[in-house]
Amino acid sequence: QLYSSSLDGSIKLWDFMDGIPIKTFTVGSKLLALYALASSEDSVFVVIPKSGERDTFQLVSVKLTKAAGQDLEAKELSVVLDGVDASPKHIAFGREGEYVASVKEVNLQVYFFKQKQLNRFSVSTMKTKSGNNHFTCIACHPTEDCIATGHADGKIRLWRNFHHKKEYTFSTLHWHHDTVMDLAFSVEGTSLLSGGVESVLVLWRNESDCQKDFLPRLGSAIEYISMSSDGALCCTLHTDNRITIINSNLRFSKSIQGLIKSRGVKTGLVVDPRTKALVLNGEPGHLQFYCLQSDQQLFSLDIVQRQYIHQAGLNQADLVKVAFSAQGKWLATVEEREEVTDPELQLKLWFYDEETQSFKLNTRITMPHEDHITDMCFRDMDELEDDSLILVTAGRDCVFKVWVMVEDTDPEAQQSVSWSCDFVGSYHNYQATKCCFSEDGSLLAVSFEETVTVWDSVTWDLKCTFCYPPGKIRNICFGRLTCSKYLIGATDYGFLCCWNLLSCALEWSAHLNVLVLQPDPLSEHIAAVSWLSKESSLFVFKPNEPRPIYIQRNLCKEKIQLAVFVPRDEPETIGSEKYLWLRRSQLFFLTDTQELMTLSTKSLEERLTPSSKQLAVEESLPVTPFSLLLGKHRRQQSQEDVDLGKLLVRNKHEQDSPAVKELLHTPAHVLPSASFLCPIFINSLLISKENKSAEEVADEVEMESEKTEDDSDEERDVTETEQEDTSPMESLGEMTCKLPKSQEKELRKIRKMDYSWISAF
Amino acid sequence: MGEFEVHRVRFFGLVPAGVRCLACQPRGGRLALARTDGAVEVYNFAANYFQEKVIPGHEARSVEALCWTAGDRLFGAGLGGDITEYDLARLCAAHSVDGGGGPIWSMAANGSGTLLAIGCEDGSVKLFQIVPGGIQFERNLDRRKGRILCLSWHPSGTHIAAGSIDVLRVFDVCSGQTVQRIMVNYTMQNAKRECIVWSIAFLSSGTVVTSDSFGRVQFWDWERGTLLESHTVSTSAVLSLAVSEKEDSIIVGTSTGATYQFQLLPVKMGSLEKRWVRTKPFQHHTHDVRAVAHSSTALISGGLDAQLVIRPLMEKMQKKGYDAVLRKFIFPHRRLVSCARKARLLLFQFSQHLELWRLGSTDGTGKDGEVLPLRRMPEHLVQLKSKGPEHIYCSCVSPCGSWLAYSTASRFHLYRVRYEGNSVSVKKVPKVPKLLLPAYQLQFSSDSGSLFVASARGSVHVLQLLEPGGCKHLHTFRPPSGSPEAVYLLAVSADGHWLAAVGGDWAIHIYNLKCFKHHCTVPTYSCAVTALAIHPVSNNLVIAYSDQQLFEFSIPEKQYTAWSRMVQNCGLHKVWLERDSPITHITFNPKNPSHILLHDVYMFCVLDKSLPLPDNSALLMNQSTLKQLPETARQRQLHAFKICKKFQPLLFADLLDENCLVMVERPIMDIKTQLPLPIQKKKFGT
Repeated sequence: QLYSSSLDGSIKLWDFMDGIPIKTFTVGSKLLALYALASSEDSVFVVIPKSGERDTFQLVSVKLTKAAGQDLEAKELSVVLDGVDASPKHIAFGREGEYVASVKEVNLQVYFFKQKQLNRFSVSTMKTKSGNNHFTCIACHPTEDCIATGHADGKIRLWRNFHHKKEYTFSTLHWHHDTVMDLAFSVEGTSLLSGGVESVLVLWRNESDCQKDFLPRLGSAIEYISMSSDGALCCTLHTDNRITIINSNLRFSKSIQGLIKSRGVKTGLVVDPRTKALVLNGEPGHLQFYCLQSDQQLFSLDIVQRQYIHQAGLNQADLVKVAFSAQGKWLATVEEREEVTDPELQLKLWFYDEETQSFKLNTRITMPHEDHITDMCFRDMDELEDDSLILVTAGRDCVFKVWVMVEDTDPEAQQSVSWSCDFVGSYHNYQATKCCFSEDGSLLAVSFEETVTVWDSVTWDLKCTFCYPPGKIRNICFGRLTCSKYLIGATDYGFLCCWNLLSCALEWSAHLNVLVLQPDPLSEHIAAVSWLSKESSLFVFKPNEPRPIYIQRNLCKEKIQLAVFVPRDEPETIGSEKYLWLRRSQLFFLTDTQELMTLSTKSLEERLTPSSKQLAVEESLPVTPFSLLLGKHRRQQSQEDVDLGKLLVRNKHEQDSPAVKELLHTPAHVLPSASFLCPIFINSLLISKENKSAEEVADEVEMESEKTEDDSDEERDVTETEQEDTSPMESLGEMTCKLPKSQEKELRKIRKMDYSWISAF
Repeated sequence: MGEFEVHRVRFFGLVPAGVRCLACQPRGGRLALARTDGAVEVYNFAANYFQEKVIPGHEARSVEALCWTAGDRLFGAGLGGDITEYDLARLCAAHSVDGGGGPIWSMAANGSGTLLAIGCEDGSVKLFQIVPGGIQFERNLDRRKGRILCLSWHPSGTHIAAGSIDVLRVFDVCSGQTVQRIMVNYTMQNAKRECIVWSIAFLSSGTVVTSDSFGRVQFWDWERGTLLESHTVSTSAVLSLAVSEKEDSIIVGTSTGATYQFQLLPVKMGSLEKRWVRTKPFQHHTHDVRAVAHSSTALISGGLDAQLVIRPLMEKMQKKGYDAVLRKFIFPHRRLVSCARKARLLLFQFSQHLELWRLGSTDGTGKDGEVLPLRRMPEHLVQLKSKGPEHIYCSCVSPCGSWLAYSTASRFHLYRVRYEGNSVSVKKVPKVPKLLLPAYQLQFSSDSGSLFVASARGSVHVLQLLEPGGCKHLHTFRPPSGSPEAVYLLAVSADGHWLAAVGGDWAIHIYNLKCFKHHCTVPTYSCAVTALAIHPVSNNLVIAYSDQQLFEFSIPEKQYTAWSRMVQNCGLHKVWLERDSPITHITFNPKNPSHILLHDVYMFCVLDKSLPLPDNSALLMNQSTLKQLPETARQRQLHAFKICKKFQPLLFADLLDENCLVMVERPIMDIKTQLPLPIQKKKFGT
């Protein structure tokens, strides 16, 4: 039987073969950890916050009633231990459920169920130079009265005789140099496994300090260790989003891995033009090539080529920038070591070797800039030969540098070309922040704090400058294809501006706090992600018109850090006009919790059938436990069911719509999130209206101009159109006057339209 | 505290000998310790582990094993091949018997204390019967090749387990036959390496515990000859092993200086199945832990680094107090330095020679804490080598510096030292009177006119020193009721009127030197006297006991002084009482009669009788905080104890004149450099 608990206060019993919940027990308060004992089937133990006190938690046992029915109330709670820690690693149940042990800070408490006796022990609070000796995890011996505890200073203590308050004793095992993250006893209890930040799994035999075995190089810090019940396998969960399965003889067996979670995606999301793989920081100092289609890591390229030391608080070289040339023939990487006073920088250029099918280091430039490199790009010209290939780096040392390939004059050199600096440009001694080439490669735009400078890429003359005070430029990009005469910039003052390169004038601007600005390499579309009132929203627009063609409000609650368009292998046929911009490329986002997300163009109907599979792919980072995810979906679904019920009464004729049908008949746990379902469901109900698409566009435009206002205002608009019309204009300032008159008129017209259908919901 | 000019002496090159073996008195409160130089020491648990008796070593008499039998008889055996019984009252070897099997490596007494078994170089185990006044050879057990390194009797006395190289054997005592032979060797990649069983213990359950050179502690079932448990505790040898009397705890010592405790713990609560579990590791030593002992309340270990470490078991302690502190003894609890105040000379006593040094001098003055430049460097005047194999018991230099005396077990030497300009001549005084030897303590009178010799049976001899180099026996004091124990501490009053002597029974007798008669006895206190001195002005006797209590006894009035009674009523400060090392020397400041200067190894203290005693809430060591306070606040914070911990470890401190102190330090690091390199251990992060 599989039980799961969730923060919403429910315990679910699952049929884990079919993936169907059998029963739901409602407890009421937040459930932070769940323990079940083999000996007591009718009750489970959960950690709940103590009512009335912040940050104190207690372990309670919950009686699971045997009554029939799906939803049950479990109100029979009895407190077992007070003052426990919220982490599930801090409580363990002993041999045959005779006792429970809990650790918090420097205290260990053991409660014997039969004797109803509570013993407390503590270790000295003295801080040693290797760190404090707070407890970090606990494990109980399966057959003997022995408790193993891990400590923040890397020690493992084995407690025995703890049913005596005074004559207890413990022995110490010490190998880890940093916090012991988790401990696990083998099934027979003869050996103990421990893991920590060193990414080494240590096997202690017979509780002896001298008999230990190691499984080193597990890649990244170990978070959890778990033993299978037959003792044949053990698995470790790592901080970089990976599960490693290890044989009982401490031999590596298999690893389950998707996207590697690195310490910070500094490189941004880049698409390898050759493999169409997503390229970003992987293991420390490595570049991972992640295949989006198969959810697999293609390979990992060691850029830094230095031994990574698994220790907290060390400044080690890491990859910060990466850029591919158009054909993927050249790869440029920048690595730096975080030092406050003088950073250690290296620019490396890698050549793709067709024979070995891998990148080969061509040129290594130490200290290419005096200070951090802020941006780097290749001149993207597909048709031109190698000698036109140019790399531009922008640095915080107020210059941008142009690097070109030169023939190697040294006949003994193994390679014919190497890279060297060709031109150094600067602008009023401002820090260079971003750089990018126009599509044809003739122009280079470099932003210097508040100013965007445009340079001729042949003569390296400064052509013109743009600025939009008072904001520093955060992102810039050129328009593509038909819109190549536009340069788009986003400032940190919350403006998105579009300059016409031919007239050297501001074409339009909009008040939008843009975090990410990403042009689609295969179309004119540009995606901008904004961050406003704790939610991210997506806007897709073409530079030639200030009206977005697509808006997705409340894309997610997390801050979206990065986005990238990944070209599709072949253009998709897209039914909905709304998603036309996704025809040639797919848009991926990475949030600051390193969740990778994408927008799906397929309508709900198409996706519902294989939805269980898709769900796994879409949420390729299962950071939240699966149970939580399902619990959330189910709850939202049930609420929706109620809403739907009302609607269905009114729209009887719509009931045979396939979407609704699917929605109502698909098991709740396989449904995607309600935010997906809602608009699609509504669409399916509104098909009868002809001006639907126009209406939607209108709605979206209005949303944009009212960025600063609440959503609730939109509904008030219906009655106060004229009044509302002026206020957003004022907030935008004089720049809005540059909007073409015709558009403005259209805008007004749209505003006067009927919104009453919204209020129906 | 007052300001002093301090001679900080660091040229006393004493290297204490390493600890070779330890023996706890069964059901008793004493610990016998033998050092590598053959010296045997006895520590008294009841007197806060005070080093009660010292029997100096002998070149020809190494001690490999010590054994208590029949309560309080102490036997030692060594590579010389002799079994020696020690006379603990006279502090010398009483008599010895040749073992007859070459060098003796091990010795053990049976549970009832009637038989001694020795393990010899030639592989024989011999039994000796203990009879009053000596031992008698009884018989040989089955002899095999290979030296017997360790022995252990089964508590019932029917079997003996003996550890040798690669093998351990169990003998039946009645038949003398080998009844079990267990190979303990260790095969590693087909290369057989010699495995030495360093230590063995036979438990009453029939389990034999061995520790060997591969770092293993193994538990064997002797009847079946099978291995029960094996614990690898170290990568290097486990040299020593001791079992508690209840047989529920074992301590082992390794050659890396670490000691480990094993405990017999129930596997499950309430179940009878018990298992030995390695519990606490301790790293107090830097070198081989050659000897361990397990008393009922403490783990005791002694190493080649000369340290004796007593680690109390917290769970056996009733309360936190001075019993529960970790004690580390390196230096003897008695004085090895004597000082000629007037001549500014220091006499250092080594095991087989003496060194006489003249202190340096300076004419500079400076502020507190400043190091003054020396005008004249300290000078090594004389080195006196004692002849013969015997080690020196005691030594002394007269206050004027012209007399020098020392004693070994069988001889007493008195020298006349003359200083002519820069040259020094030492002339032995001929025809010293035949005295009851050995002398345990020597003390010159303050006018250098007579010498007091502490001797056995509680007696003190008075010798009159005659110019230009002669002496005459004047008188011998004996306690009126008689005493079997030797006198180990003497104190003379400055006016030459009184003499105080303490014997091994801790009774303090005061003699009148003018009329050569016994004056009085200080009321007995249940603890060992660690130091005593007579005040030069008031003739009050100040006594320090090993439980850190201080008493002041007025000799003329034959009673404790009012101050002493006040101290007893108020009680001393908790921190003072919890110190772990005894006061080893007391002296006075003649300019400031209320001051008593005393020191132990870790601190020097000026006790001002005119100031109030601190209560337990006050800070005892408050010198540094006092310095920061303004004058008025300082007055309120003042208390009687003014403690200075700047000089550590302190072997000797004395007042040369009113404002000049001499402090003899022996930095531990200097001793460490004299020792062989410890076993290299990888230290993380290096």
